[in-house]
Formats: sequence, structure tokens, C-alpha cells
Amino acid sequence: MVMFTLRRFLQLIPVFFGATLLVYFLVFATPGDPIAALSGGKPMAPAVEAALRAQYNLDQPFWVQYGLYLKNLVTLNLGQTFSGQAVSDVIGRAYPVTARLAVMALAFEAIFGVFFGVIAGLRKGKLFDSTVLVASLVVIAVPVFVLGFVLQLVVGVQLGWAKPTVSGAAPLNELVLPALVLGLVSLAYVIRLTRASVSENMSADYVRTATAKGLSRRRVVVVHILRNSLIPVVTFLGADLGSLMGGAIVTEGIFNVPGIGNLLYKAIQNGETPTVVAVVGILVIVFVVANLVVDLLYAWLDPRIRYV
Amino acid sequence: MSNHEKGKSVSSSAPRNDDAPLLEIRDLAITFDTQNGPVNAVRNAHLTILPGETVAIVGESGSGKSTTALAAIGLLPSNGRVSGGRIIFDGEDITNASAKRIIELRGNSIGMVPQDPMSNLNPVWKIGFQVKETLKANGLDGANSKERVAEVLSEAGLPDAAARAKQYPHEFSGGMRQRALIAIGLACRPRLLIADEPTSALDVTVQRQILDHLDRMTTELGTAVLLITHDLGLAAERAEKLVVMYKGQVVESGPALEILRNPQHPYTQRLVNSAPSLASRRLQSQKAKDALAAAVEDLDDPADAAYTGEAPMRAGHTASSIPAAAAQPVKAARPAKDGERKGAQAGETILEIKNLTKVFKLRGALGKTTDFKAVDDVSISVPRGTTMAIVGESGSGKSTVAQMALSLLAPTEGSILFDGVEVNTLKGKALFDFRRRVQPIFQDPYGSLDPMFNIYRTIEEPLKIHKIGNAKSREKKVRELLDQVSMPASTMHRFPNELSGGQRQRIAIARALALNPDVIICDEAVSALDVLVQAQVLNLLNELQEDLGLTYLFITHDLAVVRQIADHVTVMQSGRVVEASSTDDVFSNPKQVYTQELLNAIPGAALLV
Repeated sequence: MVMFTLRRFLQLIPVFFGATLLVYFLVFATPGDPIAALSGGKPMAPAVEAALRAQYNLDQPFWVQYGLYLKNLVTLNLGQTFSGQAVSDVIGRAYPVTARLAVMALAFEAIFGVFFGVIAGLRKGKLFDSTVLVASLVVIAVPVFVLGFVLQLVVGVQLGWAKPTVSGAAPLNELVLPALVLGLVSLAYVIRLTRASVSENMSADYVRTATAKGLSRRRVVVVHILRNSLIPVVTFLGADLGSLMGGAIVTEGIFNVPGIGNLLYKAIQNGETPTVVAVVGILVIVFVVANLVVDLLYAWLDPRIRYV
Repeated sequence: MSNHEKGKSVSSSAPRNDDAPLLEIRDLAITFDTQNGPVNAVRNAHLTILPGETVAIVGESGSGKSTTALAAIGLLPSNGRVSGGRIIFDGEDITNASAKRIIELRGNSIGMVPQDPMSNLNPVWKIGFQVKETLKANGLDGANSKERVAEVLSEAGLPDAAARAKQYPHEFSGGMRQRALIAIGLACRPRLLIADEPTSALDVTVQRQILDHLDRMTTELGTAVLLITHDLGLAAERAEKLVVMYKGQVVESGPALEILRNPQHPYTQRLVNSAPSLASRRLQSQKAKDALAAAVEDLDDPADAAYTGEAPMRAGHTASSIPAAAAQPVKAARPAKDGERKGAQAGETILEIKNLTKVFKLRGALGKTTDFKAVDDVSISVPRGTTMAIVGESGSGKSTVAQMALSLLAPTEGSILFDGVEVNTLKGKALFDFRRRVQPIFQDPYGSLDPMFNIYRTIEEPLKIHKIGNAKSREKKVRELLDQVSMPASTMHRFPNELSGGQRQRIAIARALALNPDVIICDEAVSALDVLVQAQVLNLLNELQEDLGLTYLFITHDLAVVRQIADHVTVMQSGRVVEASSTDDVFSNPKQVYTQELLNAIPGAALLV
């Protein structure tokens, strides 16, 4: 396990460089001049323009810019937004909100998804199973903005159970509704994945052997079926954590959550290259780390992985 | 006595009596609810096991033997149910026992050793944990449960048990896993052990060790065993009583040797006649038998005739449709002499493997690689029109040799000469032509036919690829081929999933024959088949060899099969050839200890005497 962890850490290095390089190159190659965007498209004195280019290192070749970007990313010196705020401060304010939202959504989908999935899998073909299957299909079929607006209207406005929008500090209780919306689609996938996995493992030979040993039904399910069934589910949840941490532009937009998704969206709209690359760089790191956690969890669940 | 027994069996409070049956199954019927309605998997099954006795249920796959046994421990699949009859364990009727009662019985009263050691241990828990929870579930985990786990494992013949208990199943070999499963099955000292094909997934030598050990343990502990097997030889050797099942019904039961010597039911008779482990000599086609009778008279030493007389006769009957074979000098006219015994005169050897070596690089820790010699300096020469068997356990390198002979894998060193031409260096057109003349038949008839191709397309494909004939002549050829393998022409429009295993293997043979090859390489071609089907396929291969002058390179782990089909045998162990001789020599006078072990491991071998 130690060797595996070590090896897995080493693998992070090429992934980090590859991903940041790709992101930086894409931003670099995007049409549109950031300086022109800064001036709002109005003509600018050549001297001012040159000074600005030098300030943002836009006069340097690509590799130098990428190198400086990496250096800044590592030292967390992320530059300034066009309005003069430090990018690191802006991210520092937005990120905790997104992280809270993501963790709540993930907990919601993991707990309810596995719970419903296991029961449906054990009772395959029965009423509960069919109900859960149909419900999850409906959730998957409805686009997230429809779900978001409907829940906002019904729960937030008509029933008044929750605040329809989130205030600046984004306290936990206000984030419940957005987290629910955010986790709902993945919840449906988790249920289906768990269900399929459980019902497949139920007929596995080792489960029959476990039963033949004289174990109680409960122990067979918890010890022998559950752990094996969770392996694919954990993979899915891990990938989902990565994307949740990347901010949910639509959901954050609907509920006015001041998270990273909103920040990124506005930065792209305004053509604020420094903010975009900084945010995306941070997101790459978060995503890679989330994947690392999944892999370690995966190896813990399935000992066979550790020796690959 | 039966009245006496009946009186006991209904009352669970009756004192134990050694004459009272431990398990009694009466008129058992088991029904599976499928999408096409209920299917009666078992009808009127009956069997009786006395305490400490070993009873074997014998039958082919689908005969209901496993289903019957599983019903006794309440492990029928969820769509199966007992629809009639009674199961009485130790005087208690458990046919409709509550789930709670069955859980109580499992483990400490009725244990189980399942079939496939690869899939029956939970891959995510340590072996020790899986043994320990058995003890725990049956209330046998005292303060020293750790020591007890090690004890149970070492009883089952697992060396260094304490350390092994900390390992996961994937770190165990198949034989070790089966030992762990036996440890689990016997951990709580059950009075009855259900052993469902406990060794059929293992190599013969391992199989024997495991069965011997299981025998010893159950005898010591006085455990009754319900052994389920498809192998009549194995059953007769291990069990006191046999129960023969066919299509869900018990067709015959009684003392093992009696059934073996004097089978009553036609099915049992067929089973006894075709049991490979009991067959004592090579199959012969009718023509060869007739010719042999004539040739024997000319020979001084009749013992040699079985081999030498046969091969040349076959060459004489080579079908004229194979020009290369027909062009060979026919030596049928000459009676064989002692000097020709090796049959490997230069002109006649069609496939010659010389000093073949294959090294695989194994990936180790931190990117280090280690060399693994899968095949080490192997030389084999196969005379035209004969069958060469390569025998060995899994991991002996025999399939690697086959793959190299098929030019699917490049050798590290050495050469393979096919009809005098080096196979290794073949490229483009020459390789294409080589492929036409050497065809494979693989082990798994389920995996080696494309499920999306119908049978016509499957057999026609090689003809199409090699641009032989037009659509019309190809169809005619497919019909002929189907006829050759005794399949009706109507099979053409069916798909592999509609055929049985034996039928599929026939299709695979037809496909291999399509291009009129000189050599067919059979990689465990009959290992996946039931005995009766296996016998049919072997007979078919033998007749085809006779009619078409085919040469077979026959890879197998089963010496009993070798006996029936091969003229020469090469025994491999850990990548090396340990013995090579004619089949009769190997069987009557094995020179190497390893070969002797393999021979002794044939189930039922002792019963031949």
C-alpha cells in the first residue's frame, strides 16, 4: 500500500504539467486580445498598451509565459483582476463556498445513492426497485436548469422552506437547496450504478460460499456484497467530486451562489485572462488531487489494485 | 431395516444411530421459474448418505447434480424452488425449514467446498478473515481464534498457514485457494460436506493431492461427503456409492464398483464406455482396425503394431483433395519395420520444432523487469498424418509452443520448420499461405466463435479471406464441411448461442477444415466438453484424420485424452520437455517421475487393474 501510494504520487507530476500546459495553450490560442478587452474595445495609446503587455508578460514568447504562470501558480502570486483586486483574494473568497456546496452535494448523493441503490439491488424486480428506477430515469432526463428553477420556485418561493437565493456569506442552511439540485442527477447515476453492482454481486460465487459458511444474511450483504459493489461507485463519486469542485456554473447561476463557477463564468465573459488561467490552474490541481484520493480509496477497497 | 429407519427419520429427538441415514433425499423435484415458464430441473431424485460415508453424484453438466446437492443446504438460485419431495437431514425434515434454521445448519452441520477456487473466495478480504468469520458465524471463535484459523488452514494442507492467512486470494495459486476453501468447508467440523466438483478447475496432479487430502481429512473427522462430479473414474475411485443423474433424474444408484463393472441403465453404460479415464487405448477408425488386422500378421512383434501399423495405413488413405499430402510417398504398401518406429524420416516430418525458447519479460516493482522462460529449448518433430500430444500442467509452456507453431507469437530463439520452411521469417503472401495450411481449434467453443456471425458466415469466412471459389461453390463447401462434422445443413442459419458446447466445437472443427489444412493445432480442444461429448469429438477428429490425412498437434493437460488420440507424446514441465516418446511407451513405461505422477493422477487409473 505504501509503495502504491508513493507511485501514485509520482504519477501526479506529469499529469499536472500536461494539464496546465494544455489549459494555458488553449487560453493563449483563444481568439481575442486581452488588452483590447481590458480597454473595452476603445483605442489605446501605443505606449500604454505596451506597458500593459509588459505588465501581464504578454510580450513574452509562449514558453516564458507558461513558465511564469507555473511559478506564479506555485507561489500563489496570481496577479490582479482588471478591477485591481488580487486574483488570489477573489479565489479565496469564492472557493470555500464552492467547496461547501460540493461536499454537501457529494454527501447527499453518496449517502442516499448507495442506500437506495443497495435496497433496490437486493430487491431486484420488486416494487421498490421499479419505483426507484423510474424516478431516477426522470431525474436523469430532466435538464438541471429545469430542476433548479422548479425547486427554486416550489420549495423556495411557494412553500418558503428555504431561501430562493443564496446571500453573500453563503451559510450552510442556504446552500442545502442548491446542493440538492446539484447532487440530484448524480444521485440517480449512483443509485443505478450501485443497484447494478449489488445485483450482479448477489449471484457471485463467493457470496454463495459465504452463505454456505452459515453467515447471517445481514453479514453476507454488509461484508461480502457491499464492499465489492462499492468499487465502481467510488470511481464515479470521485470523478464527480472533481467536477463538483470545479464549480457548477448553471446551479450557481440559478441560486446566485458566489462560488468559483460564477467567478469563472464572469471572468471568461470579460476576457480576463489572468483570472481564467489562475482559476483553471487551481481547478486542475483540485481535480488531480481528487482523483488521487479516489485511487487510494479504490486500492483500499480492492487489494488487487495495489499490485498492478 | 427400512421400516426401522422410517420410524426414526420423522422424529428429530431420536437418538443418533449409525445405521440411520445422515442425509436422505426422497422424490425430490426442483423447479426453476424462467421467462419461458417453469422448468423442472430435477425430478424424483433420491439418495441416502450414511454417517461418514462418501456418495458421489455423477452426471454431465445440466443433469441436475449440483442443483440437487445445493437444495440440501438451501442454496438454490433465487428462481429455483423445491417443488416436491423431502430432504431429511439427521432425522429432521429440512425441506421447508425456516431461513433461521438453515443458517444454523450451514457451516457446522453441512459444509460446502465449491467448484471454482478462482471465484469462490471474496477477492477483497484476507484469507484468514474469511476463515475466521466462518468460525465466528458458528460460535466457534474463542480467545485464540487466530491460532485456530492457522490450525484449520494447515490441516487443509496449506504450508506456512499463519503467514498465508494474512494474504489475499489473488496471492494464492488455484490449488492453495482450493485448500483454503476446504479449510473453510471443514472449519466447523460439519457432519456432511458437499463437495461440488471440488477439483475440476485444477491441474491433474494438484487435483490428486487435494482429493487425497480431502479423503484423509474426512475419514479422520468421520465426515460424510456428497461428492458431485462429471468424472465417472474420479467418482468410482473416491466414493463408496454412486448416484448417476441424467436430465434431472436419477437413472442408477448403488455401490461404485458394481455400477462401474455392470452398468444397468443405457446412459450409465455409455458413460462407462466413454469415460476417458477408463479408456485403455487409442481410438482407431474402422479402416485402420481392418488394415491393422492384416498388418499384424506380418510382424514379429505384435506389441508394436498398434502404433507402427497404423500411421502408414492412414497415409495411404489420404484424401486426394490435399495435393501436398497426396504427393507424399505412400508407404502403406510396406509393412512397418522396427527401424521406422520413430516415424520421423526426413521427408515425412511436416512440423519440426527445434530448440524453441520463449522468454517473457515480467514487470516487477519500480519498472524492473525479470525474464521468465516460458518455453525452454523445446524440440518436437511431428510426422505427417500422426498426432503429437503435448502434455503438461498449466504453466508448463505447452500453449505457448502452440501459439508459436501457429506463428501467433514470435519465438525468442529456435526455429519452427513447417514442411521444411522456417515459419518465423515468413512474411506477406508466404505467411498467408502458411496460415491456410495450419489451422487452430481452441479450448473454449463459447469464446472462439463470433457470436454475431451465423454458422454459415463462420465457416465461410476463411474461404472468403483466402479467395477460394465463388459464393455458390463456397456454400457447397460449407454444406460438405457441416456434413463432415455430422451437423445438419440447416445449422448454417443458426447462431453460436443456439448450439451446445459440443456442437460449437464441431463448428470450430468445420471452420478449421475449411481450407484443407495439413496440420491442425488443437489447444485443449476437448477440455471444456462433457465426457460423452468429448468422446464424440475425439472420434470425429480421429475419423477426419483417417479420411483427410491430417496431422494434429494436440495440446492437453489430460493424459486420458492423450491415450485416446495421440501417437506420440511430449511431456512438458516448467517450459522444458521432460519426456518424449510414443504414447504406448509413455503409458506402459514412463521414465520420468513427473510423467509417472501425471499418470497416477488420472482419476480412476487404479481401477483399470
